[in-house]
Amino acid sequence: MDNMEISKEIQRISGVNPRKCMRCGKCSGTCPAYDQMEYHPHQFVNLALSGKIDKLMESKSIYTCLSCFACVERCPRGVEPANIIEAVRLWKIRQQNQNHLVADQIPAMLDEEIPQQALVSAFRKYKK
Amino acid sequence: MQRIGVFVCHCGTNIAATVDVKKVAETLLQEPGVVYATDYQYMCSEAGQNMIKDAIKAQNLTGVVICSCSPRMHEATFRKAVAAVGMNPYMLEVANIREQCSWIHKNIEEATEKAIILGRAAVAKVHLNAPLIAGQTPVTKRALVIGGGIAGIQCALDIADAGYQVDIVEKEPTVGGKMTKIDKTFPTLDCSSCILTPKMVDVAQNENIKIYSYSEVESVKGFVGNFTVGIKRKARYVKEDICTGCGLCTEKCPQKKVPNDYNLGLDTKRAIYIPFAQAVPKVATIDADYCTMLKTGKCGVCSKICTAGAIDYTQQDEHLEEQYGAIVVATGYNPIKLDAFDEFAYSQSPDVVTSLEFERLMSASGPNGGHLVRPSDHKEPKTIVFVQCVGSRSTVECGKPYCSKICCMYTCKHAMLCREKYPDTEVYVFYIDVRTPGKNYDEFYRRAVEEYDVHYIKGMVGKVCPEGDKLKVQASDLLTNEQLHIDADMVVLAAAIEADKSARPLATLLTASMDTNDFFTEAHAKLRPVESPTAGVFLAGCAQGPKDIPETVTQAGACASKVIGLLAKDHLVGNPCVAHSDEMMCNGCSTCANVCPYGAITYETKDFSRRKDGTLMRRVASVNPAVCQGCGCCTVACPSGAMDLYGFSTKQIMSEVDAICK
Repeated sequence: MDNMEISKEIQRISGVNPRKCMRCGKCSGTCPAYDQMEYHPHQFVNLALSGKIDKLMESKSIYTCLSCFACVERCPRGVEPANIIEAVRLWKIRQQNQNHLVADQIPAMLDEEIPQQALVSAFRKYKK
Repeated sequence: MQRIGVFVCHCGTNIAATVDVKKVAETLLQEPGVVYATDYQYMCSEAGQNMIKDAIKAQNLTGVVICSCSPRMHEATFRKAVAAVGMNPYMLEVANIREQCSWIHKNIEEATEKAIILGRAAVAKVHLNAPLIAGQTPVTKRALVIGGGIAGIQCALDIADAGYQVDIVEKEPTVGGKMTKIDKTFPTLDCSSCILTPKMVDVAQNENIKIYSYSEVESVKGFVGNFTVGIKRKARYVKEDICTGCGLCTEKCPQKKVPNDYNLGLDTKRAIYIPFAQAVPKVATIDADYCTMLKTGKCGVCSKICTAGAIDYTQQDEHLEEQYGAIVVATGYNPIKLDAFDEFAYSQSPDVVTSLEFERLMSASGPNGGHLVRPSDHKEPKTIVFVQCVGSRSTVECGKPYCSKICCMYTCKHAMLCREKYPDTEVYVFYIDVRTPGKNYDEFYRRAVEEYDVHYIKGMVGKVCPEGDKLKVQASDLLTNEQLHIDADMVVLAAAIEADKSARPLATLLTASMDTNDFFTEAHAKLRPVESPTAGVFLAGCAQGPKDIPETVTQAGACASKVIGLLAKDHLVGNPCVAHSDEMMCNGCSTCANVCPYGAITYETKDFSRRKDGTLMRRVASVNPAVCQGCGCCTVACPSGAMDLYGFSTKQIMSEVDAICK
């Protein structure tokens, strides 16, 4: 997959339409981890739009994002920058292989302590 | 049998690109009764209209079908054209093959087929058309202006200047509106009050203008040229004609803790008050929510002090009914509430203010006499942060999707005034885009940056935290790609503006349409910008959409010229496509009268015995054709099928449906 295709896939996974961004920068204005990041929330959106997603993939910024969702909360256009980071993280995990959950293995893994939600979301995350 | 001519318009490529216009003309020529069919590039042009006129004469046509744009666009144009050569204008039908066909289809074959079907339906209708003659109604030569801000004032002055009577209904105790609260006006920085108050005086002194202040419109009946409007005059507990406006009562009233709306609650007033010194009418008003006398029956200070004897605690709301020919809606705007914007700490710190509050703080008639100090500790602010687009251009729930249009310029004005009056103040403006499309507007903005050294930063404030006596502002600078932290003394929020809350219920009374943002819609966005689609209702100022003072005054003048054009007529030609009842079928059940939105239907008891003894009396519906707007509600509701519309009879519509289903 080339960068543009990956960017499209990131948009699909995250449900973010980066074209809705009007470049006000409120996400980066509100971000509490701004100084720890190489790329900032408004740049996540721009990188996803312009197909330079590889830069974000290789950056530590995706792990310094606290997922506090302040940017999602404050964005006046409902763009949800943090969801892009979530999607990029997912993408990275999927590249690592062997993380797939196979339905047959689940009964053995069942544990009363595991919330059902975790199972459901694991399926959702690792479906590819 | 009718002799029908069909004229198919290309509308440039608007229709011709998706519809095979030649084929439409050729196919429709095969329809029964169609004796002539042709197509042309622009049917509405002079050449196109002449083509129609020539064909009517040459072919002895009795009916015409135009396949073109929506009848809302050009039906009147084509009706005029056929009338010019002696055909009754109601023998013409328009088949909409643009908005409802070519614009919404991509496939030429499908679009062509649909255009043919629509044309065929119109031909079927023309077969049943009958010549109709429009009646005439007289025009009440008086206008009503709802809202007494700068839009309403300018519009009333212009209408009165042409010699017509105008009444202004204003819900506040004084006319003047938002402009009375503004300190200076961009881009010339002239004093708002100095240019507004002379106009307020003009309105008060003009013998053609009557001001109903502290009043509201509560009902609207009738139609263009003949509106009957119910006006509620709210009790102000002061006799307006006796009060001299001396203001003694407003100094002696012991109830001092009433939030002062004129200063947006930044200070207090007395329970009896005159909003400000230049108020028109200059009459005191008692705030019933705070007056001790009205609440407990014990006080009466104002009544004792008033030498004119104007105080009347027993006053009740008055209800008037007046006749008008035209109604102007100038209900204005308000800044949105900022309660949902926690990130800017508006409800946490008194030093975070809206731009309109800042306007009062800067104004000589404001709570501090124009000396800019922080509301919290009355110290001069040294660092001020302005935040633009607070709630504007926002698609999330608490915001407005549109640009409020005026904020860029007034923020620029505030920043410039701060730097001019208090040069040791650092001023930051956070912007998304600076929008300055207006005469001398961009020059004004550049002066703020270049001469007054206002720090314009491309980015948005993310959060404001009150800490000690400072406001910690965290924001992004997108051009340097850094996050900024500023210790500010004041933060000024350019809140989005929205239509006044009274606009929505008023639109319902007027049956005038509104958009999803509660702004009144124009009859045509470009070509009829000051008229509502509801005949006789006109729009001025921010009721129609956000706009600044010069634009509002321009629009109010345009609106006045449209009103004058209406009032100058002695008679209006009515719409002949109105309802009528078949008395032989009507059983007098009242269903039609109950659904009629215009009150056009009455009942009379008639003798159907055809004898002198009057033994067969029946109650039947009767439609007032001057009041009926031809909406057709009654024709649908009538259980016996007695109600029908001229020009849109059940038979005509059924024949259209048959033609479509053929």
